[in-house]
Amino acid sequence: MKILGYRIPAAASLLIWGVLWEIVGRSGTVFILPPLSDVLSALVELVERSSFQTAALETLESFAIGMTVAIIGGVALGFLMGRNAAANNVLGMWVNIMASAPLSSLVPVLMLLFGLGQLTIVVTVILFSIWIIALDTYAGVRHISTSLDEMAKSFSASSWQLLTKVLFWAALPEILAGIRIGLIRAVKGIVIGQLLISVVALGRLFRTFSDNFQFENFWALTLILFVFALGFSSVLGWLEHKVEYYAGSRI
Amino acid sequence: MTTSSATGDLPRAPGRSPAFLPTKAAWYRILSVVGLFVIWQIAALIPISPAFPTFTSTIVAFYEMVADGRMIFAYADTLKPLLIGVAISAGFGILLGISMGLNRLFQWFWEPIFVVMQAAPVAALIPLITYVYGLGLTAKVVAVVILAAPIIVLNSYKAVSNASPNLIQMCASFQGTRLQQIWKVIIPNAAPVMFAGLRLGIAGGFIGVILAELLITPTGVGDLITFHRSRADYAEMYAAVLSVMTFSALTVGLLERAEINFFRPEKKKGR
Amino acid sequence: MSLATDMTDTVKTPGAIDGGNVVEVRNVTKFYDGDIHALDSVDLGFPAGQMTTLLGPSGCGKTTMLKIIAGLLEPTSGEIFVNGKQVTGPGPERAFVFQDFALLPWATVLRNVAFGLELRGDSKAEREEIGRHYIAEVGLSGFEQKYPHELSGGMRQRVGLARALAVNADVLLMDEPFSAVDEQTRRKFQEDLLHLLSAEKKSVIFVTHSIEEAVYVSDQIVLLSPRPGRIHSTIRPDIDRGISPDDIRRDKNYLDTVETIWQDLRKYLD
Repeated sequence: MKILGYRIPAAASLLIWGVLWEIVGRSGTVFILPPLSDVLSALVELVERSSFQTAALETLESFAIGMTVAIIGGVALGFLMGRNAAANNVLGMWVNIMASAPLSSLVPVLMLLFGLGQLTIVVTVILFSIWIIALDTYAGVRHISTSLDEMAKSFSASSWQLLTKVLFWAALPEILAGIRIGLIRAVKGIVIGQLLISVVALGRLFRTFSDNFQFENFWALTLILFVFALGFSSVLGWLEHKVEYYAGSRI
Repeated sequence: MTTSSATGDLPRAPGRSPAFLPTKAAWYRILSVVGLFVIWQIAALIPISPAFPTFTSTIVAFYEMVADGRMIFAYADTLKPLLIGVAISAGFGILLGISMGLNRLFQWFWEPIFVVMQAAPVAALIPLITYVYGLGLTAKVVAVVILAAPIIVLNSYKAVSNASPNLIQMCASFQGTRLQQIWKVIIPNAAPVMFAGLRLGIAGGFIGVILAELLITPTGVGDLITFHRSRADYAEMYAAVLSVMTFSALTVGLLERAEINFFRPEKKKGR
Repeated sequence: MSLATDMTDTVKTPGAIDGGNVVEVRNVTKFYDGDIHALDSVDLGFPAGQMTTLLGPSGCGKTTMLKIIAGLLEPTSGEIFVNGKQVTGPGPERAFVFQDFALLPWATVLRNVAFGLELRGDSKAEREEIGRHYIAEVGLSGFEQKYPHELSGGMRQRVGLARALAVNADVLLMDEPFSAVDEQTRRKFQEDLLHLLSAEKKSVIFVTHSIEEAVYVSDQIVLLSPRPGRIHSTIRPDIDRGISPDDIRRDKNYLDTVETIWQDLRKYLD
């Protein structure tokens, strides 16, 4: 975007949105929307509160455990499906269904089975992210050209070498893309899970804020989550960009 | 942020072939369905948890709920906000997406906000919606829209702005006007990706409507889930959850088939 | 040639003015992004009713030249004249055949071939009649209702050619039309093209990087040197077009011309 010969960065329009938010907030027409400046000062205050810090740490912990399981499991599942036709026939359908299923309806079941604590949140994170990681890994494995496979075999690579020295790297761009989308979904999952459970971590804070009309705090918490999600996906996007040079050339 | 998240065209395992013939792959699939139900049954008989009903009792509960109409009324309730929300998102989303693809200023102004909405957990806002829109239909429609619209907008925009430059040049070489270029080349070229966006939007809308029913006021399928959970009728509760998953999988699957039939003749097998 | 009636009076019957140039390129220079120098003050004339080839190694700006003539790219400086009239954009007197075919994947062969007529606003009956005629001309009768993905590469390019012929332009601009086609199909296609063009009396500007192809199809070959593109030399192969295609490929003049051009071009490869 260029105006009068000056390059305006793409995200600069967010500033305009921020100004609009401030104006609407000050006008008081939408009472759930306090001015952005109030939200930002609430944010600073919120970050210093111990209740927030505990909740955030607890959430981060669930997130980290869940994502680790989802990445390892999803990549393994994707490789299994990509390299084994029988596994693909048996599992492919379920993975596809779960990747676009309304998982929010499954959370009440998880609450029954795993209780109202951290375990349920971890399982939610896994369920929201593992399928897309598996599907993307699968796509990456299927895109690997046969000649690359045959090349490794012609140099008598063992199947472990084939997997770790050729296939993994060849599928890496897709795996990273899957992990990035998986991360975004996991953040959404963690929010949905905590909102529904509403007695743990950030869910409790959300509940308290909205029940007590503390909209500044509510928005501040939302902003933190947004920034967290965007930050994560940007880091992964950057990593992806680093291996992109060979992603395009294969297809 | 790179394209794949917003375009969201999920890579697909070649699990579902259009043919109904019992090919080898189809037998595998039948086997995997049966296998899953057997595992479910065994796990419930052990039992792994008191809140884990058997597959058979869940199916019986499902039939009872369909037979006495509870399930049907619940779906009528759930589908109303879903359909209205998706229709609104599709209408303005596709229009906005196309204008973003065609106009730099539009794109500059709208793209970042939708990228944020697509990547961020907007579900967090659902509790706030009730303060503005109350507990009724409107609040649920809004919940569907905030979850369905971003992907529809972004897919339409990406589809239009990635329209094949070769075809656009071809159109120019035959002196096509800008209107002809948009109408005869860019939009048909973008249609498959826009439709895929619609499919993903509906999947997002499903999440939104169920979440709204669980969080705002229990109605429809969300009510079936909460009500039966509170009474510890786990078979009924599981039947409701299972029906949502199946219903959404069938809807998304049908849309996918429609997409291949209408927009991607090159992907159709056979012929 | 109803399309050309609005042209200037320098043209009587387009395609029939022997000796005159149907396209003239005057002092054309092209920079990309301000610093990549693609073409350097090129002056060129394309005789009416003849096949002229732009030949050169990759990066010599031959496709750029063609797209400037087509009006798809703007030259940084210089002018293009078609039928004696300066042009600055695409026009009905020129039709383009694309390297990658540029067919609409959602449209049938018939609609693709008639697409130029559709854009022009011809009635459906009229454009389908013309479309069917040119589909037959390029040897694709029976494929009218097929979609591009159901055709082979060679057949797709025949669709691209029929589409360009259907608008009845004076000048055909062909951008490496056979590069995405396999060798056997390519030879057959070259022969068919020559046959078809001798009947249609078109002027053709043809871009290729294949020396053999250039010598085989051209009345005049323009050799371009790379970076920035300049005219290296112009060659008129002295080949008797009366003899059979197979004899041409064994003809001494044909082989000598190929060799001369190769010797000229190979110095750019080091």
